[in-house]
This record gives sequence, C-alpha cells and structure tokens, in this order.
Amino acid sequence: MELVVKVQNISKRYQIGGLDAGYRTFRETFAQSLARPIRRLRGARQEAGETIWALKDVEFVVPKGEILGLIGHNGAGKSTLLKILSRITTPTTGRTEVYGRIGSLLEVGTGFHPDLTGRENVYMNGTILGIRRAEIARRFDEIVAFSEIEKFIDTPVKWYSSGMYLRLAFSVAVHLDAEVLVMDEVLSVGDVGFQQKCLDKMHDIRNQGRTILFVSHSMSAVTRLCQRVILLDKGQMIADGPSNQVVNAYLGENWNVTAEKQWSESHEQPGNSIVKLLKVRACTKAGVTTESISIREPIGIELTYEVRQPGHVLTPKVELINEEGFNVFATHDVDERWRRESRLPARYVSTVWIPGNFLSGGNLRINASVMSHYPATFTHVDAPGVAAFQVLDVGDERTARGDYRGPMPGAVRPLLNWDTEVCLPADESAVHEEELTIS
Amino acid sequence: MACDTPAKYSMKLTSAMAHSRALETKKPIIVNESQDTLASLNLREIWAGRELLCFLTWRDVKVRYKQTAMGAAWAIIQPVFMMLTFAVFFGLLIGVPTDGLPFMLFFYCGLMPWTFFAGAVSAGSASLIGSSNLITKVYFPRVIVPVAAVGALLVDMLITLAILLGLGIYYRIPLTWNMAMLPVLILMTIVLAFEFGVWLSALTVKYRDIRHALPFVLQLWMFLTPIVYPLSVVPEKWRWLMYLNPLTGIVEGIRSVFTAQHFNWTAIAFTVVVMLMMLFWSIQTFRRIEKSFADLV
Repeated sequence: MELVVKVQNISKRYQIGGLDAGYRTFRETFAQSLARPIRRLRGARQEAGETIWALKDVEFVVPKGEILGLIGHNGAGKSTLLKILSRITTPTTGRTEVYGRIGSLLEVGTGFHPDLTGRENVYMNGTILGIRRAEIARRFDEIVAFSEIEKFIDTPVKWYSSGMYLRLAFSVAVHLDAEVLVMDEVLSVGDVGFQQKCLDKMHDIRNQGRTILFVSHSMSAVTRLCQRVILLDKGQMIADGPSNQVVNAYLGENWNVTAEKQWSESHEQPGNSIVKLLKVRACTKAGVTTESISIREPIGIELTYEVRQPGHVLTPKVELINEEGFNVFATHDVDERWRRESRLPARYVSTVWIPGNFLSGGNLRINASVMSHYPATFTHVDAPGVAAFQVLDVGDERTARGDYRGPMPGAVRPLLNWDTEVCLPADESAVHEEELTIS
Repeated sequence: MACDTPAKYSMKLTSAMAHSRALETKKPIIVNESQDTLASLNLREIWAGRELLCFLTWRDVKVRYKQTAMGAAWAIIQPVFMMLTFAVFFGLLIGVPTDGLPFMLFFYCGLMPWTFFAGAVSAGSASLIGSSNLITKVYFPRVIVPVAAVGALLVDMLITLAILLGLGIYYRIPLTWNMAMLPVLILMTIVLAFEFGVWLSALTVKYRDIRHALPFVLQLWMFLTPIVYPLSVVPEKWRWLMYLNPLTGIVEGIRSVFTAQHFNWTAIAFTVVVMLMMLFWSIQTFRRIEKSFADLV
C-alpha cells in the first residue's frame, strides 16, 4: 500500500475576540503596546483573547487511489483540514505531507472573472489551479466538451446562466492532473444530470490511481463515492472507518432523537387550547417501542393526544423524513369512524401501521401533527422531527432485494408483484425460453 | 522514482520497506507544518508560478482596458492633465523656477515616475485583500499577487514614458550622454514600485488602516517630492532630508537627463541605498505576515 497523504498530529488554533483577533488597526496596536507594560506592572497575565481549536490532534494516512470522505457538522474543522492539506493556511502544530501534486477545489470557479470570456477563464482558472498552459491548450476541447457549452465559449461569462458558469468551472477542475485532489462540497453544483457526470468522473479519477479527499454534507454522495469516511466533531476525529458505519454513527448522533418522545408538562406539550400532543413513539407489532425495525416488519407510529374542547373534527397526521431530508410520504387518518365526527374531550391514541417491505433502509424522522380537515383545514399541533427510527436493511431474500446485494436507490422499497409470461410456443427453441425466464 | 531501481532490488523489498522507500524517493513532496522551515519566498516556487503571474498581470490589464470606454487613454490623461494644470498654476501664474526646462517638461519629468509609483503602491496595497477569494481557496506563492498588480501598471508606465520622450523631441532637447541614465532611473523606479507594492500589500492585510491612510500619505509624499518645485529651492542644509525620499533622486535625475547638467549623485546614491534596504525589508515583512494571510483576509 502506497501512501500519498500523511497527516501527523495536526492542530489549528484560531483566535476569536480578544486583541489578537485577525487583522488589527493601528489604534489597537498602539493601545495594546501602551497597555502591555502597564498590565505587566500590575502583574496581570497577558490577555490572549479567546481561542478555539478548529482542529485538535488530527492524524491519519491516505493510501493511493482512495476516495476519503470527511463529514461533520458545520465548524467541525473539515474545511480547515482541507486548507491545511492544500497549504492555504499553516497548522498551529503538526505536519502534513503529500506525495505528489495536490489540486485543491475548495470552490468552483476560483478566479473566474465576469468580464473575461469562457475561453479566457478556462485558461485563467486552469493556471490558478496549477495546470500548465500547454496542458490546458492540449485538453481545451475535452474541457469544453465536458462542460457542454461549446457555443458560448467566446462569450464573457457574465452573460452565462449560473448553471453554465458552474459547469464550465467544474469542467476545468475535474481535468486537473494532480495526484491528490481535495474537494469541498463542489458536487453540490449543477443539475442532477451534470452531478451524475461529475460522480462518474470522480470514479474515473480514482480508477486512474489518483486520490481524492472529499468534504460533503450529502450523506448519499459520501456513501456512494467513498469507501472510507472520517467523522470530525469540534476539530477532533470521532470516527474513521468504512463509510456506511461512520455515516450511520454520524446520523444517529446528529439527530439526537429517540424512538419515543413524551411531554409530561402541560406547557411543553405541542398544540393549542383544543388539542395537545402528549407522546409520539415508534413501535413493533407487539406494541413495544423500538429504535430499529427490520425492513420486513411492519412498524407503528403512535400518537397520544388529549382533546380539551369538544366540537372539533380532528385528524392525526404523520410524515416520514429520510436522511437526505426528503419527505418519504405523509399520511393522515381517513377512517370513516372519525371522519367528520366531532370529538369529545378525552385522551386518544392513534396508530398508523406502515407495512413491512415498504420503507427503504436507513434512518427516518417522524413529523407528528394533528389537523382539522373539516370544515376547513387547520393545524392544531405541529411537532416536526420529534422521534426517529431506523429501518434495517437485513439483506434477506424475502425482501425487495431478492438475491441482489448492491446499493438500492429510492425513498421506498416496496416488495411488489411481478408478472412474467412466456409468450412463445413451448416447442420453440429451449434457449429462448431460458432467456425469458431469466429476464 | 520507482523505475530507477533495478527490478532485482525491488523484488527483495518487503512491503513495509517498499512503502517507506516510496515515501522517501517519490517526488514532489509537499509539506505543510507549523515550523517556519519553508522558505516562503522560495524562488523555485515563484518560478513555477510564472505562468500564473503572467495570467494575473494579463487579466488585470485586460479587464482594466475592457471595462472603460477610453481604455488606454486613461493612462495618458492623468499625468498629462496634471502636467497642464501644474504648468498653468505653478509655472505661468506662480513662476516656479524650472532649472531652465520648459514648464511642461519640467513637471512631466516629476509626474511620469510619480504617477507610476503612486499607482503601483495603491494597487499593490489593495491587491491581497482584493484577491481574498483566491488566497483562501488556492495555494500559490502569495507574492505573485502584489507583483502582478504592480506589473499590470507597467503597460501604463510605458505609455507615459513614450510621452516623456515625445515631449523631449517636441522641445528639441539635444541628445547627450545623460540620456543613458534614463533607462537606469526608470528601472530604479520600477524596482521601488515593486518593493513598496509588495511591502504594503502584506502590511495592509495586517493593518487595515493603511487603506484609509494611504491616499493621504501619497498626497503628502507627492508634495515632499520635488515635483512641483526643483530641489534647488530647498536650502542646502535641509536637502539631506529630501534625499531620504527615494523619489527625489529619480525625479531630479530624470530632469538632469533633459537639462544635460550634472546628475545629483548624492540624491541617486540615497535612492539606491533605500532601494536595497527596501528590498530586504519588503521581503522580510512579506514573509513574516504571509503565513497568516489566509486567516486574516
């Protein structure tokens, strides 16, 4: 295994507030140099200002040809780490080594100037990223073809749409020939088609034996691209391992919600004077609260609420939100018994049952609410993301997977019926029949 | 490189050895660490960045001329109109002594190097902050930024220099050996402009007040340079103070080129000394602040 990146005990301290914060003005400098001897006379310790460690004792190595993902909350130190690796800033302590050329894409279109044409900006941006002029000239057609804006290449980029601008900028970036590429959220640009093209390009880059360090907030992009992921929190490495594990650990910690949420105090309970929400939980068929459920099993979402005023038609409602923030579905009670029926003041428990082999694997958050849909729509209770559960992709053949073990896309994964019929006469060649059965 | 080692040796290496060997021999190795072991003004690195330097300079020039309706005319308008104004007020109305030179030529000898120098210092000073998006996103030798900013003004300077020569021809200044000093003096002006530009670029990142102070300081500096008056009006015993200003030697020198009188070698010597000191000092300052640029801008 050949290493290309070595990060040794990196720490980076930033000063926030205090007299040493960032740039100064003369007045501050003078004031400080006047105050210092006085303070020293008083015996006071010199005020250092408040400091934060953007990175603390981070250490890892990256072998050649790996796509390493860096994840964590905002301010976890991901970007700082990339900046140190690409030498934009120096570490406070520690040392990084990169064997080979390093190309940093912390931003798409660095150095693009609106008044220059697309062609001129390709050269400009390429040079800034460290591509030789002759190299850009050689690959110019390839770059332009990738960006799909051949027609406008001699137009100043200020007339470009933002999509065109980003496509051109990204095209230059992915044609960087560096052995190590450092990327910060650059994939979040462009339309879906172009993003897919970029993901493919990154796979190509890896297959060429080059190394990518990749920061993203998109867990789906991270799990798709990276085999290994490092999780940073408050400047420290929390986890380093296979992407699925680390991403799941991050999501669990990130949400910090459990399968059951109960409000005991009246003033905490979400709702209004008509109805209050008391409890939300996810439970198994047996009625046991559960954090996780097999993809094959049904799961119940139970809402406990108290109606305090008579004479209102009330409808409990549940929404499920997946890891990408995508609303998988919304459902509300349409049971004839309660539909258009005014409720008496009492405590109610409503449970919606989601069948097994319907949801996709992963974490789901529950948005709970109580509405009126009759005579008019009104929201009484709105409690978003109050509880969560995990659907375990057990990889069982009795699921929608069958014998397939690879990644499966989609917000839901229903087990559906397929009908396949043989449409050729039985006496036709056996080869045909076999093909059809397989497909 | 791997291919340099004969195959029989690499066969013997254990994987761990092969790994450490790869680390030691593979090039280039890019190191970033807290200790100041990297020579920040690494000449080889700057040489490697020469294409970027050319591009940034070219971009500055191109954008400047593309954006304005009159393009290159602005390079001429400023010193020429200053010259005309000075010629009318200080020359015709007040009657400043001009060491025997025509008013226009006398003032222009001072305005030509000054316009370039002042422009270069302002551009250099603003350059790093103006390029903060580059500095926080990409690594390259930072000194390229102020050098390109000053370099972009060389085009303007050549135009104003051509006007100076044109004035010389217009006033039928005889060709003398003094003319040989003109390129030297211009070169000194350029070197000074780069030094002050680089120096102030770094200082401005650290001390933002410079942005506000600079226009005022430059104005003051212009009147402390013998541009609207000859050095000869300053009493002998105070002249050394004037010599501390490196532009005194240059302006007086350029005038001597046209008057064919003796050069004021004392003034020029002072300029050379300041020039050499600033070379050291500007690099020193730049290196000291350079490492924290990305955190400051």
